Amino acid sequence: MGGPHVSLALAAPRARARRTATPGQITLALGIAAFLALFLVWPAATVIYVAFTERGGGAFTLVNFVDFFRTDLFLRSFWNSFYVSAMAVAGASILALPLAYITSRFAFRGTVLIQTLGFLPLIMPPFVGAVAMQLFFGRNGSANLLLDDWFGFKIAFMEGLNGVIFVQSIHYFPFILINLSAALRNIDGAMEEAAQNLGSSGFRLFRRIVFPLAMPGYIAGASLVFVKVFDDLATPLLLNVKDMLAPQAYLRVTSIGIADPMGYVISVVLIVASVAAMALSALATRGIDYSTVQRGGGGLARRRLRPYESALAYLTVALILLLVLAPHVGLLLLSFSTVWSFSPLPDGYTTAHYARIFGDSSLYIKNTLIYASMAGLIDVVLGTAIAYLVLRTRLIGRDALDWAASAALAVPGIVLGIGYLRAFYGVKLWDGTPLAALWIVIVLALAIRRLPYALRACYAALQQISVSLEEAAENLGATKLRTVRRIVTPLMMGGILAGFVTSFATAAVELSATLMLVQSNSDAPLAYGLYVLMQSAAGRGPGAALGVIAVVLVAVCTILSHAVIERGRAMPPAGH
Amino acid sequence: MSNRSTAANHAPAARVRIEQVDLSYGDNHVLKSINLEIRPGEFFAFLGPSGCGKTTLLRLIAGFNHADSGRVLVGEKDISGLPPWKRDIGMVFQSYALWPHMTVARNVAFGLEEKRVPRAEIGPRVAAALDLVGLTGLDQRRPAQLSGGQQQRVALARTIAVEPKLLLLDEPLSNLDAKLRVQVRRELRELQQRLGLTTIFVTHDQEEANTVCDRIAVMNHGVIQQVGTPKDLYEQPANLFVANFLGTANIIEGRLAGDGASRAFEVAGGPKIPIAADRNVAPGARMVFRPQDCTILAAGEFSAPDRTAAAGTVTYREFLGASVRYGVRTGSAEIAVDCPFHAGDTLHEVGTAVTIAIATSAVRFLSD
Repeated sequence: MGGPHVSLALAAPRARARRTATPGQITLALGIAAFLALFLVWPAATVIYVAFTERGGGAFTLVNFVDFFRTDLFLRSFWNSFYVSAMAVAGASILALPLAYITSRFAFRGTVLIQTLGFLPLIMPPFVGAVAMQLFFGRNGSANLLLDDWFGFKIAFMEGLNGVIFVQSIHYFPFILINLSAALRNIDGAMEEAAQNLGSSGFRLFRRIVFPLAMPGYIAGASLVFVKVFDDLATPLLLNVKDMLAPQAYLRVTSIGIADPMGYVISVVLIVASVAAMALSALATRGIDYSTVQRGGGGLARRRLRPYESALAYLTVALILLLVLAPHVGLLLLSFSTVWSFSPLPDGYTTAHYARIFGDSSLYIKNTLIYASMAGLIDVVLGTAIAYLVLRTRLIGRDALDWAASAALAVPGIVLGIGYLRAFYGVKLWDGTPLAALWIVIVLALAIRRLPYALRACYAALQQISVSLEEAAENLGATKLRTVRRIVTPLMMGGILAGFVTSFATAAVELSATLMLVQSNSDAPLAYGLYVLMQSAAGRGPGAALGVIAVVLVAVCTILSHAVIERGRAMPPAGH
Repeated sequence: MSNRSTAANHAPAARVRIEQVDLSYGDNHVLKSINLEIRPGEFFAFLGPSGCGKTTLLRLIAGFNHADSGRVLVGEKDISGLPPWKRDIGMVFQSYALWPHMTVARNVAFGLEEKRVPRAEIGPRVAAALDLVGLTGLDQRRPAQLSGGQQQRVALARTIAVEPKLLLLDEPLSNLDAKLRVQVRRELRELQQRLGLTTIFVTHDQEEANTVCDRIAVMNHGVIQQVGTPKDLYEQPANLFVANFLGTANIIEGRLAGDGASRAFEVAGGPKIPIAADRNVAPGARMVFRPQDCTILAAGEFSAPDRTAAAGTVTYREFLGASVRYGVRTGSAEIAVDCPFHAGDTLHEVGTAVTIAIATSAVRFLSD
């Protein structure tokens, strides 16, 4: 997962020009800066400002933080959030390490299976999976009923914090798997051969040479999991765990009111935790990120498995696959079931839930399609423009744009939501409706949340285009603008599309920011509808049906973006 | 490439003048007081090692770099302030920079479209340009479907199609294999002659520059060392850098001794080269001559009057086919000597004592 490190190689001395930028470029940069200031910096700053000022007055104070640390509930929530995140990282590591080890060390035929494992959990929002996991692993879920029948005891998989840890580990382990696998792939085979030559082999070799070299990848994945779990609002809420930070912030703002300072204080704590985790991981990997692959050097050698090892590997993969598929299967069963309670499997099957969803709940789907595609569009337009300004001009302050856009990573969804409410509630339109009540605000929040990812896709696309392709166009009489239109944009199209699809797919199931911002049910997107439906027992069937639709939507998008990226790879490199 | 004459009617060839151009990146002074005049229709080379500023100067003419001071004139017009797209200067990029998302025909048509050439004219002009480089029939291919040599021709056709006032070639042969390079450089020369187009060619390869160009500017450290025809530069290098960069040269330290008619350049324990009275030798200069301006005398053979003899020992021998190169140590100097080889000749063994004879008039005395 790329940090904001791409801004580097920009202006090789060759791109140096006497004039820093054209008026058009300056206008564009100012426009983007204004957008980011208005919809990211201002709401986030508002949250921080409120947390540090006296209620009602404007004086600076730390009293809110003192209150925070004097309240048992908040301290417990803080500790719980920390504990759950750390345990989720541990759980995710337990799932990811064997898979990464098997694929990188052995010629294993199940590699495709593992790659599938790597993205299956990501296509389902964790809070959706949580409901299905209750049915399988809850106190009276399938697993415990069977255990009770056969052995006479139950395991508290889903009790309290355990449930959150369990669900989050299964949902987020791919982040570790993907990063760790990529790091392992990038190790020069000669490193390993040198160790073998000096007498090291087997697991010792892995522990002493391979894993240290792959460490930066592991840390990148692990810190991402930590931050995501720490900030997640919907999963604990749905599992009825309220004593964690994000749910506390949500409950303070929604039940006590927008003026209550504690919601803001918690938000600041969330931001600080996110930034600290990212900074720590950056610090920890500094100086140990070796990227050892040399030109022409091969990757690690893969050993053929002995039969019993092969069986063991398949068993491991099968177990993890079962676990990973549990939420998907559960959701699918639930969406077709009449009643499913106190039994390993549903009592009967029906398609009525889908009928209901496509009937009166189709509004959720329509809203989602509109919001997510608008957010995706905003993201790729901004992403392309920022990438161009940073990589291709010498505009003063262009790095600040990149930095600001990437800073959205550090602002948890719930914090952005609270910031929007606070910042835009006072802004009234001509007919007196507050700006924060408009659905367009949801779109903007989604766009800001997903911008860092779309920006990375656009950077990657533009970096692959050799500058000389643009210079050749200018040399033949095309102005900067015409060059962008005829050369840069068509060549970036693959990356732009991939960025759009990623933004779209993740925005479609985003809940933490939208939960704060949806003002009326008619403006609600799918994720919000899901959340509302899942609250009641009667809504679970239709909720599951909606969840299946969401999963299918995200899956299709993910496959689509993979296809686009693969096609882009198949195309010849853009001239170097 | 096609032998048919071009359909394009080029404007009369342009003269290029570069006046007092300076360029630095921070503390790095990349171009220092560059002054050059390139004559209309001339095939001109910027030659020098990597980092000498030759590509920077070329890109400055094309408008991709901007001088801190000085100006560039094409014809009588100062183009220093113009953006690249208004300069009317064609450039062929080292990487060819063909747009992978366009066919060959679209690549070649691009410049014509940008210059608002009437639609009806574009097709014939694209065809004429492709014909000129011998690529007729490949117009619907994508760049990736072409060989390196074909890609290079597309890049050339794309540039020539817009009928630029000046053609810039940035190491156009460097991405071709050795055999193709020889063929393409000959074709380039033919095409340039046919179009009569003023052309600047950037290269680090002296052989390329020598074979295709009318005149060469040798550059080093951002400074033009010498401008001249390939023959001038080889025979009369202006300084040690040029002597050493073009071909092989013996560069030998020594000291000036005597004066008047007995003035000579003495190598400690080695040859003494007499210096004509009217010849100016700067203090600290070194003696420079080519390996073929020296011979090894057969036993009993005497040195001719126009040669300076010295005794030495063979230190190495490299058999090159048409000639044999010997290293001969004489006094403080080791001298490379090229002897033509004829079938049946016996070779001198390493370690044997020999007498060498240096052609006195071929010796030059140069400083840095």
